[in-house]
Amino acid sequence: MVIESAPDFETQDLLINVGPQHPSTHGVFRMILEVDGEIVKDLIPHIGYLHRGAEKLCENNDFRQGVGYMDRTEYLASHNAELSYVMAVEALAELEVPERAQWIRMILCELNRLSSHFMFLGAFGVDVGVFGTPFIYAWREREALIDLFEEISGDRMMYAYFRAGGLAWEVPGNFEERVREVLVSTRQGMKDFDNLLTRNEIFLARTKNVGIISAEDAIELGMSGPTLRASGVPLDIRKSEPYMYYDQIDFEVPIGTNGDVFDRYLVRLKEMEQSVSIIEQCLERLNDGPIMPERMPRMLRLPEGQEVYIRTEAPRGEYGIYLVSKGGNKPWRLKVRSACLSNLQALRKMSVGQYVADAIIILGSIDIVLSEVDR
Amino acid sequence: MNNGIYGIEIAWLDAVIRLHIIVGLMTVVVMGLIYVERKVLARFQQRLGPTRTGPAGLLQSVADGLKLVGKEDLRPRNADPWTFELAPYMVFIPVFLGFVIVPFAFGMQVRILELGLIYFVATSSLGIIGWVMAGWGSDNRYAMIGGMRAAAQGISYELPLVLSLISVAMVSQSFNLNDIVLSQSTYPNLLWQPLVLVIFIIAGLAELNRTPFDIPVGESEVVGGPFVEYSGIRWSFFFLAEYAALFIMGLIFAAVFMGGWAWPLGEELGRGWQILLVTVKTSLFIFLIFWIRASVPRLRIDQLMAFSWKILLPLTFVQVLINGAVLVYDAPLWILTITGLVGIVVLVRLIERAVRPSPAVNSEFVSVGNEGAS
Repeated sequence: MVIESAPDFETQDLLINVGPQHPSTHGVFRMILEVDGEIVKDLIPHIGYLHRGAEKLCENNDFRQGVGYMDRTEYLASHNAELSYVMAVEALAELEVPERAQWIRMILCELNRLSSHFMFLGAFGVDVGVFGTPFIYAWREREALIDLFEEISGDRMMYAYFRAGGLAWEVPGNFEERVREVLVSTRQGMKDFDNLLTRNEIFLARTKNVGIISAEDAIELGMSGPTLRASGVPLDIRKSEPYMYYDQIDFEVPIGTNGDVFDRYLVRLKEMEQSVSIIEQCLERLNDGPIMPERMPRMLRLPEGQEVYIRTEAPRGEYGIYLVSKGGNKPWRLKVRSACLSNLQALRKMSVGQYVADAIIILGSIDIVLSEVDR
Repeated sequence: MNNGIYGIEIAWLDAVIRLHIIVGLMTVVVMGLIYVERKVLARFQQRLGPTRTGPAGLLQSVADGLKLVGKEDLRPRNADPWTFELAPYMVFIPVFLGFVIVPFAFGMQVRILELGLIYFVATSSLGIIGWVMAGWGSDNRYAMIGGMRAAAQGISYELPLVLSLISVAMVSQSFNLNDIVLSQSTYPNLLWQPLVLVIFIIAGLAELNRTPFDIPVGESEVVGGPFVEYSGIRWSFFFLAEYAALFIMGLIFAAVFMGGWAWPLGEELGRGWQILLVTVKTSLFIFLIFWIRASVPRLRIDQLMAFSWKILLPLTFVQVLINGAVLVYDAPLWILTITGLVGIVVLVRLIERAVRPSPAVNSEFVSVGNEGAS
């Protein structure tokens, strides 16, 4: 008996579209997964769903109005985004920021780093698959921080509180007590997360040795922030190019060893402890004084033909502002160097060869903010 | 054998009445379970849960049900109409069939079957077909992946579940649930079979597709898996089946491991007390499952398969062998307790070894001080 050859079947890889309306794409990110069973063979990211032209908009607004657009590029860490912008303007205008304003800025930026990382922890917990618990834990702590921001700036997300030269107005009288009060609950919240996730067997099984990226690759791709430090590169702009008064503060830079998802999680958790200690040190050094330079022009005009690139360490990495002035009260060109966009480049490299479920948590571990990626 | 609780001697009429009672009970219990789960999870997460519908939110499930009934019944254009529309029933009916053998109290079940446990296992595993049908018929790639995952998971965890029930049946020397309950009137089976109890709970979680084994429906990955295209009343059927399966698994747990209505107050108890006992034991199991849901992440599909085939299945086989040896040579039963406890330790060690290559998490972690950073 002759066995007939089976008809020619061709095995095709399955294309899955994830996003832009998917619960775990953190906004409107879209990726197309090419999967063979459960293994990701290829990953094509698509961005641009949230492009608003924030940089171009800034060119048509004066320097004070630009602060508002910076808030909206990085809505989870608005203070940090504002900081880069006002520092760029100050550098061109050669403004001297009063000491008190600098300390308050530092405190607010670190508090914002805490709230942003809480957001990461909560969303990441949901990505890994805990039903809601880490999210609510994170929300509880973030709520306390955001209430504080609201008391200071009047807004919960889009603060628009920093000004070129200093701050918009003086902080409330009970600022110091309130910050100390919030830090107590923040500490407890970090401890809760440590208990809930860090030593959880299933969490370890899911995150360890998943989505590894080596230090060389991370540097080549231009990654920065916790995602870079998790790969073992001790680059922190607060250390390498201290701005404001970070050189007077004693803090450590946690770095990972493996560059896997777990390290990216743990680096952020450890970084939060450092942030708390930075804030406490800042509070000790905070003294009375003016919050704006004594001689501020009514309308800020920058000198002609100058350009500057200022970068700061935002929660997600290097947040840079490239500002070109050709005179007048508006920037001629403004470019935001987004940490998320660069970090996102590593997604494909990290995800190919992993499982579908891993691709989701790898994306979560990069901690993107889509409005910063697309701007 | 079965003379009818209300003095009704016609067998089929008796069965029909009992089935109707079961249907009503199941619906009410499922609604209650959904409410309780929402409240319990909310407490774990420092929320309040439903509060607005009725006193303390008690009518939330009713409101949800009404909303679901009122929703449009959608079917994707390219879906396979028969497969798509039959799938909810294929999930629901097997779960419902399982209630036939469950003893709520002495003499209170639809039918006493000599092979009750086998019947339960057979019906509960039929539900997988419905999952695969839903996944395949929806013409949606998330649904298809979810359906395939459900099939793989269901087949893998069926084996430890069956073997764990078999090893209990060996100790009780019966497959009849009534006899199993009666045999535990002095000591419950969990005393002799602690390892099997743990494995039953784990495999039960996987069978029910609950966290940490909710891979087929993993919301952050496949967005609800096979159910992604369902809406309205069809979707609510899946929901009903899910919670009914949870309830029935709790009842089986109570009957097989905790001594059902017989332990610890003896079998001559009033019917009300018996029902209360079963309810308490079932609630214990269900609460445990809710608790687990609030605190652990989801496993990955390969880890899930490896866990079943490499850890759970060998351990249950060993337990069955030990059971056999002890029963054949009439050795005292406490040997089983010791081996079971040893088995739990082995299980925990195996899990730890699989997960933790290093003794402590933080030892690999370094911080760079003021000088070190560049």
